[in-house]
Amino acid sequence: MNDIKKTTEQLAFMSGAVTSRCMGCGKCTASCPAFDRMEYHPHQFVYMVETGRIDKLLASKSAFSCLTCFACVERCPRMVEPARLIEAVRLAVERQQGGNRLLPDDVPCVIDDDMPQQAVVAALRKFTK
Amino acid sequence: MQKIGVFVCWCGSNIAATVDVRKLVEAAKHEPGVVYAADYQYMCSASGQQLIKDAVANYGLTGVVVCSCSPRMHEATFRKAAQSAGLNPYMLEIANIREHCSWIHKDVESATEKAVILMRAAVAKVNLNVSLTAGKSAVVKRALVIGGGIAGIQSALDIAEAGYNVDIVEKKPTIGGKMAQLDKTFPTLDCAACILTPKMVEAASDERIRIYSYSEVESVSGFVGNFTVKIRKKSRFVEEDLCTGCGLCAEKCPSRKTGNEFNLGMDKRGAVYIPFAQAVPKLAVIDPAACLHFKTGKCGLCAKNCQAKAINFDKKDEIVEEKYGAIVVATGFNPIDPSPFGELGYSRYPDVITSLELERIMNAAGPTGGVLLRPSDKAHPKKIVFVQCVGSRGLRGCDKPYCSKICCMYTAKHAMLIREKYPDTEVSVFYIDVRTPGKNFDEFYRRAVEQYGVHYIKGQVGKVAENAGKLVVHGSDLIMNEQVEIEADLVVLAVAIEPDESARKLATMLTASMDTNDFFTEAHPKLRPVESPTAGVFLSGVCQGPKDIPETVSQASAAAAKVVGLLSKDQLTCNPCVAHSDELLCNGCSACEKVCPYGAITYQDKEVNDHGKREVRRLAFVNEAVCQGCGACTVACPSGAMDLKGFTNRQIMAEVDAICR
Amino acid sequence: MKYDYYPGCTLKTKAKELDRCLRASAEALGIQLEELPEWQCCGGVYTTARDEIATKLSAVRALSAARDSTGTLVTVCAGCHNVLKRVNDDVKNDDYFNQRVNNYLLPEKPYLGETRVVHFLELLRDEVGFDEIKKRVVNPIGKKIAPYYGCLLLRPSSVMAFDDPENPTVLEKFVECIGGTPVVSPMRNECCGAYTTVSDPSAAAEYSGKIVDSCVKNGANLIITACPLCQYNLVKRDGRLPVVYFTELLAEALGVKE
Repeated sequence: MNDIKKTTEQLAFMSGAVTSRCMGCGKCTASCPAFDRMEYHPHQFVYMVETGRIDKLLASKSAFSCLTCFACVERCPRMVEPARLIEAVRLAVERQQGGNRLLPDDVPCVIDDDMPQQAVVAALRKFTK
Repeated sequence: MQKIGVFVCWCGSNIAATVDVRKLVEAAKHEPGVVYAADYQYMCSASGQQLIKDAVANYGLTGVVVCSCSPRMHEATFRKAAQSAGLNPYMLEIANIREHCSWIHKDVESATEKAVILMRAAVAKVNLNVSLTAGKSAVVKRALVIGGGIAGIQSALDIAEAGYNVDIVEKKPTIGGKMAQLDKTFPTLDCAACILTPKMVEAASDERIRIYSYSEVESVSGFVGNFTVKIRKKSRFVEEDLCTGCGLCAEKCPSRKTGNEFNLGMDKRGAVYIPFAQAVPKLAVIDPAACLHFKTGKCGLCAKNCQAKAINFDKKDEIVEEKYGAIVVATGFNPIDPSPFGELGYSRYPDVITSLELERIMNAAGPTGGVLLRPSDKAHPKKIVFVQCVGSRGLRGCDKPYCSKICCMYTAKHAMLIREKYPDTEVSVFYIDVRTPGKNFDEFYRRAVEQYGVHYIKGQVGKVAENAGKLVVHGSDLIMNEQVEIEADLVVLAVAIEPDESARKLATMLTASMDTNDFFTEAHPKLRPVESPTAGVFLSGVCQGPKDIPETVSQASAAAAKVVGLLSKDQLTCNPCVAHSDELLCNGCSACEKVCPYGAITYQDKEVNDHGKREVRRLAFVNEAVCQGCGACTVACPSGAMDLKGFTNRQIMAEVDAICR
Repeated sequence: MKYDYYPGCTLKTKAKELDRCLRASAEALGIQLEELPEWQCCGGVYTTARDEIATKLSAVRALSAARDSTGTLVTVCAGCHNVLKRVNDDVKNDDYFNQRVNNYLLPEKPYLGETRVVHFLELLRDEVGFDEIKKRVVNPIGKKIAPYYGCLLLRPSSVMAFDDPENPTVLEKFVECIGGTPVVSPMRNECCGAYTTVSDPSAAAEYSGKIVDSCVKNGANLIITACPLCQYNLVKRDGRLPVVYFTELLAEALGVKE
C-alpha cells in the first residue's frame, strides 16, 4: 500500500499532472493517434493513477506506444496533461532494473542509411535509461 | 459604566467542537463591565433568545455581547430580542466566533484563545456603545427592470399586476431576448414564440409598464427606495410615435449586406429593418454602419417611401432621468463563440454550427423557412452529430468552469425534433454526463433514446476534420473503450452560455457584486437567492447563474414579489450607523466629499461658535438618508471631524486595544 | 538582422539540404545567421519529466551561449526547436529545474531563460514578412503543396506559441508567398509516428500513411515540412508523395538553390 502511495506521489511530481481534475470525458483518448496500439488508453492512465492501480500500468507496454505528440495535453479541457503522466509511467518502468526497451547494441539492426540522428537519439532517450 | 451580558452559543457542535465554550464564559466574567455570562446550545432558538431577554430583565443589562455566528446571519435576530426586552437594539454586538474562528481552526486551545480575544474586543466596543435611532426614508413607487428577455418581461408583468409602475430597459430594438430566437421549448415541445409573444404583447399593452427599447442604463445613483437612473434612448433614426411598423422601408432598402442578428447572421437584413415579425415594439430601426445615406449622403429610399414620414436621419440619442424604488437585473446571457476550440472546426467548416444556430434553422421564421438544410450546400443532412459540453466544465482560458445546465436538455430536444420530422436522419450525441434534474426532464431525455432512437455515445470528440469534402468526427466511446469515427453531414455544438457583456459595467454602476464568471452574486445562495447584497437590487434569470425557462420564470416572479414587498412600504427604516461631522473640528477641506461613493456629503457655510468665537465656516454635512455607513469619509478626514455612528473611532480603537491586550 | 543560429546534429548529416537552403535563403533575404560556436546535441527529444535534468543540460548551454551573444537563437529543425523552447520555458518558470541546472552548470552569470528562441518560419513571418519575401521571388513554385506541421512546432501551444495548434496558417501563407497553392489536410497537425519508427516501423507506417493519404485525397502533389524525422517517416514509411523541406522551396523560389 505504501509503495503504491509512494509511486503515485512520484508520478505526480515527475509529470506535474493533477489526475484528480479529470472528469472522465475521454477527449484525450479520442485524440490519441496510438489508440489501437495501447492496452490502456490515456483516460485510463489518468484514472488508474488516480485510483492507485499502478502495478497494472507498470506491467503494460501501453506507455511505450505513446508518441508524446501532446494532442491529448492540448485538447484536455481540465488541463490534466495525460501525455506527461504516460511519460512518467514509462520512466518509472525504465528506471527499474532491466526496464530498458531499446539497447544501444540493438540500434545498428534497426536503422538504415537515411534515418536521421534525431530519430535514433530520441528513441534511445524515450526507451532507455 | 455599562452592565454587560455575554452569551456564548455552541451552535450545536459547529462552535463547541472547536472552542471551549465554558472557558470562554469564564473569561468573559472577568472582562470590565460584564455582570453576567452564560452559554447555550442554540442561542438563536426561541429559548436561547429568552435567555437573553431574562438576563436583561434580571440583571438590568445595558449592553449585550453574543458570541456566535456571523452578524450577517443573526445580528437582526438578536437585536430584535434585545429590543423586545427594552434595550436599544444597537446596544447589542456580535463576536463572530464561528466563521472567523471555529470553522477555520482545528486546534481547540488556540481557537479558544482566539474566541476569547474576539469576545474581549466586542465587550470593549459595547462599553462605548450609545443608543441609536434609525431614521426613515420615502419609497419611490416605481420599479426598473434592466433587460427585456423572458426574465425581465415576467418580473415586469408581476410587478405591474400588483399595481405598481415598472419600466423595462432593453438594449436591443425589441424585447423578447433569447427565448424569441428559440423554436420549441423543453420538456413539452411547445412553440417558444406561441408562449412568449402573448407575454410581450401583454407587457406592451399594460398601462403600468413602460418599455424603453433600444435603450441602455447610463448611470445609477441613490439607494434602496430612491434610485436615480439615467437611461440613454439610442436613436433609431425613426420617429417612434410616427412609425407604424409597416416594414415598407425595410423592403425598399437597397443595402443587403448586413447579417441578420435575429438569425445569427445566417441571412441578411437591410440597413433599416424590423428585427422580426412579432417584435415589440414593432418599429423600424436604421443601422447607420450599414446605411448608404450615412455612408455616402445619398439614397434615402426609406424616407421617400415612408408614408408616415417617420424616418429622421438627424435624430439624436436622448437621455432621460427617472426615479425608482427598486431595480431588477435581468441582463441574461449569450452562447460563447466556439471558434477558440479549433479542434472542433467551427470557424473552418460551415456545417459545424452551434445549437442556437440550429434553433434558427429549425424555425419557420429562420433562414431556411424551417426546413432542416445545412449551411454549406443547403442539402438535407442525413447524419447529424451533437457535441455536448463545448466550453463548459473546463479549465483552459477559453473554457467556463461551470456546467451551463441547459445544454443536455436542449440537445435531447433537438435530437428528438429532428428524428420526429426527418425519420431517415441518424442522430448521435457525444456526452460526458447527461444531466437532467427537473420535472419530467429525465423522462424527456429517455424518450429521445428509447422512442426516437437517438444514439447517445459516452465520450468526447477529439477532433472534427474535413476529409475530401466530408466532415469526420473523431470521438471516443468510453463504454466500449473504443475510438469512433463518424462521417457527419452536420455537427452541432452545444456551447456554454455566459452572462451578457453588459453585466459587468452594470454591476459597477449598481455596486452589486459578481462572481469570477461575471454572474451576479445573490445575498445568500440558499435563503436570499433573488436579492443582490446591494439593498434594493434584485436578480432575475441567467444573469445570476445558468438556468432554463421554467426556472427563469420562477425566479423572475420571486424577484417581482420581493420588489412588490419593498414598494408596498411607504417608508424604509434607514441604517442609523451613518457618518456625521463634528463642526468644531471640520476644516472644510472636501476630502470626505471626494471619497464618498454615494454622494451623501455636501458643503455648506454655517456660523459656528468655537469657544466663544463666532465665525462663518465651510462645513461638511452628511445626508443621513443617502449615507450607507461605509466609513470611507472617516478614514479620509484629516482632522478627525468625521465619525461613523456605531463604529466610532473610539470604539474601533477600544477593540484594537482589547485585541492587543 | 543578426541572430545566433542553432543547426542541430541532423542538419549536419541527413538533413543537409534543410541547412544549406536555409543559409542561402537567409543570405538572400539579408538575415545574418551566426552559427553558435561549439554547440552540442539539443537532446534530440524533450523529456517531460520534471526530474530529468541531465538530458536538458546541453540545451541550456546553447541557450546560455545565445544569451551572451545576440540574445536570439534561431532554429529550423522542428525537433531542436521544440526542445530548446521547452527547456527555455522550464528554466524560466520552474524554480526546481532552474536551481538544479544552474547549480550543475555553474555559469558565470546564472541562466534565467533570457534568450528568445525563434523558429526560422517565425522569423520569416514576423520579422521579414511574407509580403517582403513575395517581392523577392524569382521562380514561383506553381505546385499544389500540402504543408505538414507535425507535433513539434505546434504543441504544447502554451509554450511553443508558434501558431494556432488546431488551425495553423504560417506554412500555408509561406506556400502562397512563394507562388504555390496550399492544400490543407486535416492531418497536418497529427503525429507521423516520430521516434517509434525505430522501435516499431509498422506503427510509423500506419500514422504516416494516414497523413500522406489525406494529402493525396486533397489533391496535393508535394508535401513540405520543417522536421527531418517527419520527412523520413513520410517518405520512408509511406512514399506516395515527395516530401521536401520548406527551405528547399524557399531557396528555389528566391533563385539561390543552385
